[in-house]
Parts: sequence; structure tokens; C-alpha cells
Amino acid sequence: MNITDLTVKELSEKLKSREISSLEATKEYFDKIEKTDGEINAYVRLTRDAAVRQAEEADKIIAEGKATPLTGIPYGMKDNICTKGSVTSCASKMLENFNPPYDAFVTKKMLGENAIMLGKTNMDEFAMGSTTENSAFKVTKNPRNTERVPGGSSGGSAAAVAANEAAFTLGSDTGGSIRQPAAFCGVVGFKPTYGTVSRNGLVAFASSLDQIGPLTKNVEDAAIVLNAVAGHDALDSTSVDRAYDDFTSEMTMGVKGMKAALPKEYFGEGINPEVKEAVMNAAKAFEKMGAEIEEVSIPAMEYALPAYYVISSSEASSNLARFDGVRYGYRADGEYEDMDDFYKNTRSEGFGKEVKRRIMLGSFALSSGYYDAYYKKALQVRTLIINDFNKIFEKHDFIISPVAPTVAYKIGEKMAAPVEMYLGDIYTVPVNIAGLPAISMPCGNDSEGLPIGMQLIGKAFSEKTLIRAGYAFEKEGL
Amino acid sequence: MNMIKDYEMVIGLEVHCELGTNTKIFCGCPTSFGAEPNTQCCPVCMGMPGTLPVLNKQVVEYAIKAGMATNCTIARYSKQDRKNYFYPDLPKAYQISQYDLPLCEHGWLEIESENGTKKIGITRIHIEEDAGKLVHVPGKGTMVDCNRCGVPLIEIVSEPDIRSAEEAVAYFKKLRAIILYTGISDCKMQEGSMRCDVNLSVRKKGTEKFGTRTEMKNLNSFTFIQKAIEYEYKRQVEEIEKGGVIVQETRRYDQSSGKTYSMRKKEDANDYRYFPDPDLAPIVMPEEKLKELKASIPTLPDERKKKYVDSFGLTPYDAELITNDMATADYFEEAASETEYPKILANLIIAEVMKLYDTENGSIVIAPSHMAQIAEMQGNGDINSSVAKKIIKSLRDNDGDAREYVKENNLGQINDEALLRSYINEAVEKNPKSAADYKKGKTAAAKAIMGQVMSKTQGRGNPILIDRLLTEILNSLK
Repeated sequence: MNITDLTVKELSEKLKSREISSLEATKEYFDKIEKTDGEINAYVRLTRDAAVRQAEEADKIIAEGKATPLTGIPYGMKDNICTKGSVTSCASKMLENFNPPYDAFVTKKMLGENAIMLGKTNMDEFAMGSTTENSAFKVTKNPRNTERVPGGSSGGSAAAVAANEAAFTLGSDTGGSIRQPAAFCGVVGFKPTYGTVSRNGLVAFASSLDQIGPLTKNVEDAAIVLNAVAGHDALDSTSVDRAYDDFTSEMTMGVKGMKAALPKEYFGEGINPEVKEAVMNAAKAFEKMGAEIEEVSIPAMEYALPAYYVISSSEASSNLARFDGVRYGYRADGEYEDMDDFYKNTRSEGFGKEVKRRIMLGSFALSSGYYDAYYKKALQVRTLIINDFNKIFEKHDFIISPVAPTVAYKIGEKMAAPVEMYLGDIYTVPVNIAGLPAISMPCGNDSEGLPIGMQLIGKAFSEKTLIRAGYAFEKEGL
Repeated sequence: MNMIKDYEMVIGLEVHCELGTNTKIFCGCPTSFGAEPNTQCCPVCMGMPGTLPVLNKQVVEYAIKAGMATNCTIARYSKQDRKNYFYPDLPKAYQISQYDLPLCEHGWLEIESENGTKKIGITRIHIEEDAGKLVHVPGKGTMVDCNRCGVPLIEIVSEPDIRSAEEAVAYFKKLRAIILYTGISDCKMQEGSMRCDVNLSVRKKGTEKFGTRTEMKNLNSFTFIQKAIEYEYKRQVEEIEKGGVIVQETRRYDQSSGKTYSMRKKEDANDYRYFPDPDLAPIVMPEEKLKELKASIPTLPDERKKKYVDSFGLTPYDAELITNDMATADYFEEAASETEYPKILANLIIAEVMKLYDTENGSIVIAPSHMAQIAEMQGNGDINSSVAKKIIKSLRDNDGDAREYVKENNLGQINDEALLRSYINEAVEKNPKSAADYKKGKTAAAKAIMGQVMSKTQGRGNPILIDRLLTEILNSLK
């Protein structure tokens, strides 16, 4: 048995039965990281000492019989989620030395469960990108094929799970940043309903779209981690105050009698035929398992991508304005004439190219005279998309779609063509715009053996439906 | 300068007022003034990455009270927006304020001007957070103090209804009085908790069109407002008369020179790129809450003023003076309930108000019932007004029964005609020149004799009676 091959569920059982200790498991993971992460580069920073201490503590708790489902489980944390006393850099030169004096809500949840943080995972700088190539520190490779990108922006989190360098990881998803790398790396990624997981302590990219979620080896693990992180937080005004019961409670009920929708806009121009075929086959599998499949339409889909880039960049331009070199973070050396000069130098040097591109895009969209044409229009599109989804969910339990039009790109392939890269987000961004939950899971491989991802989208707070459908597919559909 | 009479000034005021909540607008930090730099701030008000604002409900309630007290329409649905600009005292590089949906709109208040009672419109009242402070330390450079970051403010914007420096001051005083009545702010101008921006333009009398305006920022005393307006008015008129044009700009009023200086031209002004803050939910006020707030507002200055004019016979001007301070008004009302002579009472309070207050703790040292006794005695002719003042002076140091004091010190008014006649005859005999002057038509000459009679009575003579008798005696002289 290889400890690092185990799912969260399996490892948790072995910890509770004292077959293995958390300390052993933790060491095993660090050994694995040592062996493979030199090439994969899933982590930007390891937190070995703290992890060992935590593992010893977890073993005591397990011995006392007080273990919860994540107690003693080694995991990786995306580098844009604040961890007190441990650098949280968002893979940016700007925050290279930023050591937050507070924990994110989810970090506290993990500490409360006595899960073991192995380190912070690599990402596109400030979560802007789809390949993790925009990290200021390193390029993460896809463990399924190291010439390929792992996707992004949570590429480190996806690669760590795929390479067995963590039992699970946490990521953040603003326009597909959990789901797309999960698809590229062949793991499960879950983007919860907006407001399910507190954003408190998540360094904001686009506040109205950001949501934290798990990346795991399978659907059940995603539900288990969701159980640990979902919940109301009074310190996040967008956190929804509702009771969450066990996300696994309907998991094994099967899909018989469920109604699934296939939106035709998700299978149109630009989709790789092998991706299309795999997702269509998945739909057929659902039909075989007793679900009804019907083709539907999301007419506003064609505006989703531009609306997403306007909204997310506008919010980002404001959210990232605080990185000005005055109080913390990167500060440009040398002479400057005045404060404007100081800001310009600091921000020009501290941010990477893609981040600056989005800040400029967003600043422009919010400018006086352009606001109505861009930001306001984008908000109108948002309403249209929400309406389109609502209409579908009047009659259907979930939507089946591809996660991305293609499989993982070659490293460097898209870096010179930002708009092409943006087009890769076309299937994931509508979900964020509407604030919906969606799961990304493997549904096959292409002819080169690269994973293909399927996305299941549900109405707000229908996480359990998605887990039920995803679990059924995992068991019987492949 | 004759030409200045051909012009009129058009003024609108923007008043910022710090609210007296115990904690800041978006976090739990204290708002108290004067603490050591950077001791009253936390990651939230310092805008650190990942932190989120949570609106302090009391701020909303206080702002609504201000709106209700100034006859505003209260928004049932309101939102908060980000005002984006870079400045070292603004840690997030945006200020959370309100743009197009302020909490309160379309209000007004009344002032007493040289032309009688005048209504000044209030465009809007919105909530926002204060910025920090830059402290210039010689030899060390400029330091940022974040204690003030996130202190709640309301901004009260007036219509351009003000036409003179006196009106501006009257408006500011009235607004301050109303806010003090509602108890939402201490309005301490020297601590900057109430400050004022003046927008001023000039136009030829009789014309409709507004001239180009300038803005003078952060005036924090009645005197500065008055002087800055007078200077800026003159400057604008002179500029126009010289054939120049007024440039839209921000100007700084310099206290020592009494002049205004250009700070920032309009073209250098920021494009604030306002957009709704995605971290904060819209503010929705239930009808019940509004009713509750309405009920909590005490009787306001104007209502009291009306009562003082209608029931007590005070002039609007005197009533305004008394109602401008709630403690004085309360005092007046309590004393007025015990005397038949509220007008005399009002005059005594206005003339002696500064002497009534204990400067140490701000309370009035003479009991209202004792003050009422003084007014009563003066009204009944038992004492004259100069004795009344003498009693106030004495009771200020040792409060006690005014009637007892009069008795003990033998201060009762002398109304004995025969006695007064004898004093007058004596004085006339001693001053033949004054008497002769009087006969020649210099009526003022009687004053000298009057003074001597008064001093003979040790200030206790009935002045009206003396005046009548003196006239009679002087006229009867051959």
C-alpha cells in the first residue's frame, strides 16, 4: 500500500484505526514531494516544521478518539489563502514576503479539523490565468504529461492531487480556476455556490465571483472537504446564512429519474472533437443509468465571456490597488520624483504582465464615460445569464457540459495569445457569473492519454445533487 | 469697491461629520480620538489582503437619524460604492462611500438670515469611511497613522442655496445644532470631527446661470468659513472684473494669511471609477426600523424655536440662539415653566450664557428654578436688570435662592417716588450745566444725571421710574 495513493476517506479510516499515524502519512507525503515536486513544481512553499507539529497533535487527538473526517490528513493550500505566520504570496513578487497576521476562514476550519498543511500551492499570479504559467516563481507541470500545463489558476493545487503530493488541496475559482485545472490534471474539482464558503482571508481577485473549493481524487472526497469548509461567516457579508447538512447524505442515491440538460452552446464552435465526444458519451452513460437527457439553450452564453472579463477585471483593478508599496509587500528601489512615480515604479515592477493587463482593462472599463458601455452592460448580461440558468433549472436537475474546449495546452503554447487563452474559459465563467455550484470530474482521455473533464452544473445550493450525480458517474459511468 | 455690489455669491456646503459610534464602520476597532499612532487599527481597517468589511449597523441608523432630522427622504434600498484613488493615507486605495443611491436625499433646514427665515436645501446625506492621517516628522519623513482609517462619517451636501458668508455660517451652526440634538456626533470641530468644504461661485445679480465654482476644503471653524468665503468671493469678483476667468479647482484656505491658494485644477482631478462594492450587500431598511428611528429623535431646534416664538413671545433670532444648543434650550424650558416672564428669562440667558456654564464640565451651574426667580423678580419690578446680572454673577459661584440673596444684600428695587424725587433734585442741583444743556435741547445730557441718581441708589433704582421723574423735573425747570 502506498499511503499517498489513498483517498481522504481511506486515509482517514486508516488513521482512525491506528493502522498508520498522521506523522507517518505526513512524512510519506513530504518524501513523495521530495521525489516528484522537483519536476512538477506544484508547491511554492513547504511548511514542513509546522506540518510535523500538527501531525503529532493530530495523532494525540486521534488517540483520544476525537478525530473528525480531516484530522491528520495532509493537504495543500492555494497560495492566495491566508495562513497566519506563513507567507501568502499569491505567487506574486508583490507579496513575496507577505506574512499575514491572520488566518483565512478556511484555514481556521482546517486547523479546527487538525488537517495537516504541507505547503502552499503554486498558481497564476493573483489567480489570473489558465495555465499557472503566470506564477512569478515557477511553472507547474501537468503530472499526466509534463510537457503540458496543469491548467490554472489553481494549477498547483490540481497538480499536487494528481501527483499524489497531497490527499486533497484547496483552490479558488473565479472563472474556472478550480474546475479547469482539475480537468487538465484528471482530478475532481468543486466550485461551490457563491456564499457557501467564506471569502474571508482569500486574497480577492474578483469579489463577486471568487469562491473557495476542494480539489480531490474523487467525488466523495470533494463532499467530505466541502463539509469541513462550508458554513456561514459573519465576517464575510456575502457569506450565506443557512444550515448545511452532510454533503454526502444523498451521494449514493443514483440518478434514476433525474433530468439532465445539455446546453447546445456548450458543444458549438471551437470545441475539440475528442472533448465533445467524451462528454457526449458521459451524457449517454447518464441516460443508461436512468437519467433523462434533454438538449437546452443558454442564449446569453455568447456574451458570458466578455461580461466575465469586464466584471472580473474591473473588480480586480480595485482589489489590487492596495498593493502600492506603502505598508507591506514589494517596494521599488531607487529614486522617485513624487508619490505617483513611487506607485508607478512599485506596481510596474511588482506585478506580472497578465495582472497588469487585467488592471488596465478593469480601470478602463470603470472609467468615467465608459462605465455604462462596459461595466453596466456586463451586469445586465449577468442578469440575462442568471435568467437563462433559472429557466433550465425549472425543469432540470443538472447540466452536463465540458469543462474546457480542449485538453491541457503545451507549456508556452498560449502565453503569447492572451485572447485565445481567455477563450478557454468559455464553459466555466457562466457558472461564476450566475454564482452556481459546479463539479469538474474526469470523463475520459483523448488519443494522447490526456484527461478530459466533464462539468456538472446545478442550481444554487444544489451541491448534494451534483455530488450524487458525480458519484454515480464515477461508479458506473466510466 | 463698488463693483462687488453688482455680484452675488452662490455657495453650497459639503459637511463631513464623524459619527459617535464606539467602533469603526467596517471593523471592531475603537473610534476614540488622540490615541498613539497605529494603535487603533486592525487588518480590516488597514485594508490588508483577504480582509473584508462588515458594515456597522449603527452607522446606518445614525445617518438615517441625521436624514430624518433634516427632512430628508430615506432610501428603502441603498448601496455602497468604491471611490478609487491612490493616496498613502488610504490603505485599500479606495474609499467605501455611496455614489448614486445615498441613504438620505431631498432634505432641508431653516436658518435665520438678515432677510428673515430662509430654507436651505439638502441634496443628500451618505455614509463613508474616513481615511488615515499623514504625519510629517522632521528628519524622518512622512508617516502614516491608520487610527482614523474606517472611522464612520456622514457627508451632508447642501443645495447651492446659500448667498452670503453669514448664511453659510448660520447653516453650518444650524446643522451642527441638529446633529448634536440627535446625539449621533459630538461635532468637535477642533478635533476635526466636523469639517466643511465650501463650493463657491459668483454671478452678476439678476442672472440665472451659475459661475464656475471653486472648492475650499476642510474648513473647521465658523471663523475660517466666514473669512475664507469673504476672501474667495472678493478674489473671484476681482478676477472677473479684471477680465480673467475662474478656473474650476480645489483651493486651500490658509489661516495665517487669510487667503486661498490653488491646490488642484479640475483636469488633475481623479477619475474615481465608482462602482458598487461587491464585498457589501445592499442596505435594505424595513419600515418598522424606520419608525423606530423616527421615534428616537428628540424635539429638534426648529420645533422648539417655533414654540418659543409662538408661546413665549421670543423673537425668531433669540429663539434661534437659545435652540442652537440643546442643553441651553432644555435649561430655558425648565426655567420658563416657573416664570411669567420668559422673554426676560431669554434675555438673561442670552446675555449671560457664557457665565452660566461651568467651563470644566460644560454644565450650567445655576439651578433653572433660581434663574426663573431672577426673571420673575425683574419682571415684577422687584429688581432691575443690572441687579439681575449681579445676582447671576453671584449665584454662579454659590448657587442659592435668588430672593433670599436679594433680601440679604438689600438689592430690592427702589420704587419709592418721593425718595427718588429727592435724589433727582439733589443731582440736578449738583449738575447745573447738564440741566442747562438739557434745556437747550441736548437730551443726552440727562444721562449724566441719571447715572448719578442710579449710583445714589446703589444701582437699585427703578430705571423706568427714574427716567420718567427726571424728565418731569428737568422740563419743569425754568
